[in-house]
Amino acid sequence: MSSIFNVSHLNVFLALFLFTALFISFLFLSRKGRTLYLRRLDGVAAIEEAVGRATEMGRPVLFVPGIDNIDEIQTLAGIAVLSHVARTVARFDCSLIVPTRNAIVLSVCEETVKESFTAAGRPDAYKSDNIRYLSDDQFAFTAAVDGIMLREKPATNIYMGAFYAEALILSETGFASGAIQVAGTASIAQLPFFVAACDYTLLAEEFYAASAYLSRDPKVLSSIKASDYFKIITIAVIILGIVLANLNPEAVPLLQKLF
Amino acid sequence: MVKDKVPVYITIVVGVFMILKFFVQLDFIKVVADELEQWCLVVFALAIILGVANILRLNLRIVLRREKDWPYKLVVVVSMGVMILVGIADLAIHGDISTGSGFQYLFQYILTPLSAAMFALLAFYIASAAFRAFRARNIRAILLLVSGALVMIGRVPIGASLSPIFPRLSDWIMTVPNAAGQRGLIIGAAMGMIATGLRVIFGIERPYLRGE
Repeated sequence: MSSIFNVSHLNVFLALFLFTALFISFLFLSRKGRTLYLRRLDGVAAIEEAVGRATEMGRPVLFVPGIDNIDEIQTLAGIAVLSHVARTVARFDCSLIVPTRNAIVLSVCEETVKESFTAAGRPDAYKSDNIRYLSDDQFAFTAAVDGIMLREKPATNIYMGAFYAEALILSETGFASGAIQVAGTASIAQLPFFVAACDYTLLAEEFYAASAYLSRDPKVLSSIKASDYFKIITIAVIILGIVLANLNPEAVPLLQKLF
Repeated sequence: MVKDKVPVYITIVVGVFMILKFFVQLDFIKVVADELEQWCLVVFALAIILGVANILRLNLRIVLRREKDWPYKLVVVVSMGVMILVGIADLAIHGDISTGSGFQYLFQYILTPLSAAMFALLAFYIASAAFRAFRARNIRAILLLVSGALVMIGRVPIGASLSPIFPRLSDWIMTVPNAAGQRGLIIGAAMGMIATGLRVIFGIERPYLRGE
């Protein structure tokens, strides 16, 4: 058994198993008709208001789905939010600019925006020219997005995805251009910059919960509930570990292996 | 229908293989998962063609019609064309684009300094963002201001020369309250990542498929 199963990953396996069990339980409950509560996320709620502002000002909305590739989970979470933003933009008859740093992300964003405009009953309003591949180079991409902000003057800038050193350059340029800005990322090192420069920021897990908040799909909500309960269990395990380590300091190496 | 279902099934199969690779020590699983990762790299590399086509389609049209900001678009198209041509010429003449080639020259003496200049702007943006963040408007902003000032004093030589307490206080702020807050965020982000990963692998959320 030990030769087939990687025992050093047993704790991860148990955690994943527990998480999946919680997820399936909440899915089952939601199918039985239980309403799953999700607290208000100000940053997500502000998106509609921000798109409305852009419409009133006759200016576009800028959506940056991060700078990572499609294999980054944050990019996928960002694109899920893009789908809802594109629907809102189509409903408000506003225009949406999506700059991308990666060609695969470009084609996924093209499809996403196109389908969202079609779903909102405005396929004619979709402009393929607004979904742009700029550059694979991090700072060439940053310079190009800054150029869009300063020349095309979007009234709303939305940053949802993985960001690195360019986070503050983008959000400060957006602030200087007078745009209302909403950011969401799980790149922990960039969160303080977004908090300082943007009007609303979705912090780490809030960002991952954004698409569930927007879609209200019970299946998606179930995963958010599962992660909430899993977090409670994790906190309990951490406290248990602290207590055990203090009761018997010699057991710390064993506890580190276990947890 | 097929267009919708096939990508979902591919995602489920590939996702399950990647999970199995992490937990199971079977050569068959490892070989298949490694092969799939190689395919992924090939697709990423080939996708650059889509990007180049997008750049040419958008920018050439604007240049040809002399639309707004056309000179900027001309710079983009010409720069891209020059890099491609010099790269091809280097390959044809020298057989590679390594050190000493024209391609490397352009890369090292034009693109790298330009990127460095963009990155250098960060210093000024940090100053302006910190100025706004540190305005003592409420109790939380005051806490941020005080802890930020203490960390800054403790991290520069003058802080230690004023009092040995400053470096110790700075280290304590970074290793206790700051680390605790960061770990809380990391745990939350990890939960969100697992939840999103499972939703994508099991086809509940399909952002790669028109953002569904």
